[in-house]
Amino acid sequence: MIVPFGHVLLLAGLLFLMGMVCMVVRRSLIMILLGVEIMLNAAAIILVGSSLLWQQLEGQSIVLFVFAIAGAEVSVGLALIVWAHRQTGSVDPRDFNRLK
Amino acid sequence: MTVYSIIFYLLALLILGSTAMAITRRNMVHAVIYLIFSFFGSAMIFYLFGAPFLAVLEVIIYAGAIMVLFLFIVIMMKLKPGQERLFPLNQWVPAALCGIVYIAIGLGLVISEPGSRITLKTAQADPGLFGQYIFGKHWLSIEIVSLLLLVALIGALLLGRRSKKVPAAKASEGEL
Repeated sequence: MIVPFGHVLLLAGLLFLMGMVCMVVRRSLIMILLGVEIMLNAAAIILVGSSLLWQQLEGQSIVLFVFAIAGAEVSVGLALIVWAHRQTGSVDPRDFNRLK
Repeated sequence: MTVYSIIFYLLALLILGSTAMAITRRNMVHAVIYLIFSFFGSAMIFYLFGAPFLAVLEVIIYAGAIMVLFLFIVIMMKLKPGQERLFPLNQWVPAALCGIVYIAIGLGLVISEPGSRITLKTAQADPGLFGQYIFGKHWLSIEIVSLLLLVALIGALLLGRRSKKVPAAKASEGEL
C-alpha cells in the first residue's frame, strides 16, 4: 500500500505545470529546454505510476522510449542553441527576430 | 499511513521544492544543480513504484548525461549573469492565468474521478523480465528509437560544425 493514485497525478501535474511556467516565463533558450526536460520527467512519473496501478509493463516500456527521445531532443536542442549563440552572441529568444 | 507513503510524500516535497528552486534561479549553473536533485528524487519515486531499471536509467541518463550536457553548455557559453529580468510581467500574467486554470481543472478531475482513489499496491518489475518483455514485444520500436538516436547524433554533429562561410560582420562580433 503506497498512496492513492490521485496523489501521483497531482505530483506529476504540479511538476508539469512548473516545467510549463519555466518554458513560458524565462527568457533564455537554455531555461526553455530545461522546462521541456521537467515536463518529460513529469510524464515519465505518471507513466510509471499508472504502470503500477494496472500492474502492466506497458507504462514502463513507454518511459524507456521517453528517455531515449529526451536524449535525442536535448542533444539536437543544445546543438541548435550553440549554433544560435554563435550567430547572434546571445541566448535570448528576442534576439533571433532576424526575418524582420 | 505506511512507511512507503511517508517516503512518497517526502520525495514529492523534495521534487517539488527543488524544481521550484531550479526554475526561479537566475544563475543557470544553480538551476541545473537543483534540477539534478529533482531528478534523483524522481529516480527514487521510480524505485518506490517498482521500476528499479528505470530508476537506474533516470540517474544515468537524466541526472548524469543530460544535466552534465547542460552544465557544459552553460559553462562553455560564458553568459553574463543578471542580464535576464526574472519573470517579466507581460509573460508572468498569462502564465499565471493558464496555471491557475490548469490547477483548478486538474484538481477537479482528480477529486471527481473515482479511479484516482485506488491505492497503489507495491510490486516490482524484475529488470531481466522487463528486458525480455521489451525485446519480445517492442523490438521494432527499440530499433526505430536507436535509429532516432543515430539521426540526433548526426544532426548535432552537423549543427556543431563551424562553417567556413561566415559573413565578415558576424564573424567579428561573434566569438568565432
